[in-house]
Amino acid sequence: MSDRYLNLVNSPVGARVASRVGLPQPAQLRRYTTGDRLLLAPALLGSTTGKPTAALRKLLSGAGAEVLDEIAEGVRVGALVLDARSVKTPADLGAVREFLGSGVRALSSSGRVLVLGRAPDGASITAATTRQALEGIVRSLAKELRRGSTANLLWVEDEASLPSALRFFLSGKSAYVDGQPLRLGAGKAPAPKDWEQPLAGKTALVTGAARGIGAAIAAVLARDGARVIAADLTIAGDSLAKIANKLHGTTLHLDVAAAEAPERLLDHLAAHTDGLDILIHNAGITRDKLLANMKPEHWDAVLAVNLESQLRINEALLGSDQLNAQARVVCLSSTTGLSGNRGQTNYGATKAGVIGMVRASAPAFAAHGASTINAIAPGFIDTEMTAKIPFATREVARRLSSLQQAGLPIDVAEAAAWLASPGAGGVNGQVLRVCGQNLVGA
Amino acid sequence: MNTRRAAIVGGNRIPFARSNGPYAHASNQDMLTATLDGLVARFGLQRERLGEVAAGAVLKHSRDFNLTRESVLGSRLAAETPAYDVQQACGTGLETVILTANKIALGQVDSAIAAGVDTTSDAPIAVHEDLRAVLLAANRAKTLGGRLRALSGLRPQQLVPAIPVNSEPRTGMSMGEHQAITTLEWDITRAAQDELAAASHRNLAAAYDRGFLDDLLTPFLGLSRDQNLRPDSDVEKLAKLSPVYGKAFGENATMTAGNSTPLTDGASAVLLASDEWAAAHKLPVLAHFVDAETAAVDYVHGNRKEDGLLMAPVYAVPRLLARHKLSFDDFDFVEIHEAFAGTVLATLAAWEDDDFCRRRLELDGALGSVDRSKLNVNGSSLAAGHPFAATGGRIVATLAKMLHEKGGGRGLISICAAGGQGVTAILEA
Repeated sequence: MSDRYLNLVNSPVGARVASRVGLPQPAQLRRYTTGDRLLLAPALLGSTTGKPTAALRKLLSGAGAEVLDEIAEGVRVGALVLDARSVKTPADLGAVREFLGSGVRALSSSGRVLVLGRAPDGASITAATTRQALEGIVRSLAKELRRGSTANLLWVEDEASLPSALRFFLSGKSAYVDGQPLRLGAGKAPAPKDWEQPLAGKTALVTGAARGIGAAIAAVLARDGARVIAADLTIAGDSLAKIANKLHGTTLHLDVAAAEAPERLLDHLAAHTDGLDILIHNAGITRDKLLANMKPEHWDAVLAVNLESQLRINEALLGSDQLNAQARVVCLSSTTGLSGNRGQTNYGATKAGVIGMVRASAPAFAAHGASTINAIAPGFIDTEMTAKIPFATREVARRLSSLQQAGLPIDVAEAAAWLASPGAGGVNGQVLRVCGQNLVGA
Repeated sequence: MNTRRAAIVGGNRIPFARSNGPYAHASNQDMLTATLDGLVARFGLQRERLGEVAAGAVLKHSRDFNLTRESVLGSRLAAETPAYDVQQACGTGLETVILTANKIALGQVDSAIAAGVDTTSDAPIAVHEDLRAVLLAANRAKTLGGRLRALSGLRPQQLVPAIPVNSEPRTGMSMGEHQAITTLEWDITRAAQDELAAASHRNLAAAYDRGFLDDLLTPFLGLSRDQNLRPDSDVEKLAKLSPVYGKAFGENATMTAGNSTPLTDGASAVLLASDEWAAAHKLPVLAHFVDAETAAVDYVHGNRKEDGLLMAPVYAVPRLLARHKLSFDDFDFVEIHEAFAGTVLATLAAWEDDDFCRRRLELDGALGSVDRSKLNVNGSSLAAGHPFAATGGRIVATLAKMLHEKGGGRGLISICAAGGQGVTAILEA
């Protein structure tokens, strides 16, 4: 579904009118297509120590960025990368203001601000205070940025996942990820042979793959080299077959909420694969009603599909020999799970529950050959599901984010593909919001 | 010469639709292509060059002379996959399995798809035979005058088209009328026929409910279950229907729309391979194809009771069992195509008839009884419907999956066909 307003304000006349009367001016976001450069302009690298490390410079240029130490007059930069891991006292934050404050003027459209910090926990009171302050800076700056630019924060406990994180957060793949902190921990995060095919040789299963976000995830995983098993209800089998055939994948008719679903899934994996490397829990339904009017069957159906199925399938996989080492599980949550939504107590329960599930499951997956489990919380994404929202409500909802537009299924898919990649092995038990910094929720 | 058993990897079909229903505007090629593509998607066969694809349709347009090859070209299979058409009436689907399994057994191909499709909605309509003669004469004429002379033979009544009918060319009788005689001759009761029909609906509905069909079909044109299936069907409801065949027998007419299969549109396909090919492609083996036997009866001149149009499987099965020294007790499942409930019951009755078996089958006594708990346990054509050439593929894939689920065993397939033919086969897992 096209965003007519977005197209209008990006036309010469529309842009002038919107600017005069103070209407929102969403930008066309830079999104990744195969072969794209990491950035369209150089990256400015800075450090709160005054001198960025050679190692970080090497990582950045290895990821494909042209690295600058300072900006000449009139030069545009595609990204500002600040290593703020050294901050210990509030006074140190002045260096953050100075670097970002001057750099942001040179930032091109769809630019990237990426701050590397250290996680607050375990530090002295003053250091923890200072480190946490970075989050406030990044979240606020994200709201100030215009023309499709984003700001995000990486809590770097371990650098293993930094190469792949830089590639995700600086490229068009993170177009709709804005104002988010994410923790990079220890874990096995091997570099792929080919960064254009990070999932080569991997077997991936996507539930709810017949349409919308699930279909987009299946397509991006296949683009990145995975053999995709597209799973959905039998009733969706017609479009599922078309998707699988397009992606050179296979279909699996599976009702994830059925009692026998875990067993059937394990049987399928045993018969058709050499074990599963990637599982995307995407299948989900809504049955919206105010809690006072909520029917038990609507409550139960949403919980069964969106939450209980994930718990049961994860448990079955961990207890089987069908989940390979360094497996990646990505679970679809929602900003509704963080902020709540009127009429969605059942849906909100499942989406918050998923976040609890990935946090609580992370150690078990880490113990399973350094596997990971993470959640993605999409904000307002243009899909067949959101197309059913009344026009006015939809138009307002679309603008309620820093990027002033809805995301696309591809934005969620890019995040899922990154979390599913070998290089993201240091990300475990985390929730990544893909919401354009939605104004509601955390 | 070394032979090997062909493996049945799996199957796919589209839900079967009643004639002039949801598939009214789908051609045989549309349905067969969609069915092949569903199979390709299930097993990841995109751009795969298979040994061959054999398929057929009973009702076929003359333009569809290369139906299977055209469907392959329209599918996601490699265009380098050879294909050919087969036609043996309702035995077509099973015959394609036999042909491809034999080629795999001989090592001539390593993989194949056996398939069948039929539409009674998008049926070919031919011009009146006299009109055809006139038009061909005009085409042969070399001069304008000659052409005009030929065309002067046109008459209004020639504009009535020739619509294909479900009748035997040599008797002019429909299949249902033929079966009505057999049903009567073998004393098959209305109650027994209705009971079999109700069981078929009940069994197929239960199979759908427990997800048995999930990896056997792919929805098509909005249909995700067989349209003919009536889960709430029971003998009381079936007993209320009026007879449609054998009405000349008056009170002894027992065949109704409920215990006869309706005209149906649909398609099915089965993936067969050598064990090595399946293993190399990381695909499962549900069962193996063991052997097949085809028989025919002289329904035109033969005995009214014993050579009925749809009785040929009665003769094929004992020959097949003898070749493998097997009895009905050695089978875990028996699939007898339900063209009509009367067909199945007359077939079973014949095998239980000591005199008949001695005289006509040259056995020492009755062939035996089929344990009803082994018969069509996931439903058959009375519930699913019967798109002529697609029935064989439906049964083979269903039986292979049943044997696989059971963890091993043996199954028998028996399919009657127009022209007094019967095609039968054994699968093992």
